[in-house]
Amino acid sequence: MKVTVHIERRPEIADPEGSTIARSLADLGYNEVQSVRTGRTLHLDVSGDDEARVRDRVEEMCEKLLANPVIEDFRVEIG
Amino acid sequence: MSRIGVVVFPGSNCELDVQWALQSLGAEAELVWHRETDLRGLDGVVLPGGFAHGDYLRTGAIARFSPVMEPIQQMAADGRPVVGICNGFQILCEAHLLPGALIANRDLSFICRFVDLEVVDTDTVLTAATEVGRHIRLPLNSYEGQYTDPSGEARIVVRYQEDVNGSQNGAAAIANAAGNVVGIMPHPERALEEVLGSGDGRVLLEGLIAATERVPA
Repeated sequence: MKVTVHIERRPEIADPEGSTIARSLADLGYNEVQSVRTGRTLHLDVSGDDEARVRDRVEEMCEKLLANPVIEDFRVEIG
Repeated sequence: MSRIGVVVFPGSNCELDVQWALQSLGAEAELVWHRETDLRGLDGVVLPGGFAHGDYLRTGAIARFSPVMEPIQQMAADGRPVVGICNGFQILCEAHLLPGALIANRDLSFICRFVDLEVVDTDTVLTAATEVGRHIRLPLNSYEGQYTDPSGEARIVVRYQEDVNGSQNGAAAIANAAGNVVGIMPHPERALEEVLGSGDGRVLLEGLIAATERVPA
């Protein structure tokens, strides 16, 4: 089963990379860009056909290792 | 004589500096591989700087699950000194032994220079030999050195005198509530000799060694 995990900094946490990209876009004349936030996408290939169980397990992986709950939020997409 | 473990993760690179520094100040310091699960006989541990497990995913994220972290959690709970320097600080945050997290420096630059600091709390294993308000100078050598703590409750031990990397409230070192777990971003082990730029790391490491000599039985 293909599983996609999206990880993003929580909105109140600084994202120096995103801010730098936003400034760079403004330098190129893209003044309509108000802000940029970076994140990370992980593509997992997970065995098993019980979607609820796969989701539970992957969410557990996020809590434990893939995301840092102190500063990040995550979203799990199946398929 | 106190025995201090210096933990070696795959990718650590400051372990020999830390070992040398502790030994030159009179402690017994031994390298401990990250797969070790028995830390009996050690009075404290230092997690040195470097790039544990390649810093993959996030700094410290994978190191947190190294087998050695289980007895280190126990040592921390027992009140024994656990100090993380630079990458070691990042690992202690990921392991939730310290609050908050370290993210990329505000200006996205790798900062490699001496920084001026002020000790603001001396009730910890790393700062017990200093006094509040003391100014010290240590080398900083990090990219992910910006400390952030959404809870806003971190106990700051040492502050940057100027804003060098965007750290919340200028935090350069923080401690847990008991003061036996401390994370510091600059490197005291690289500041033992005036002739090399600063001898201000001595007072911190001497405090740590003294703390390991009076650990709970």
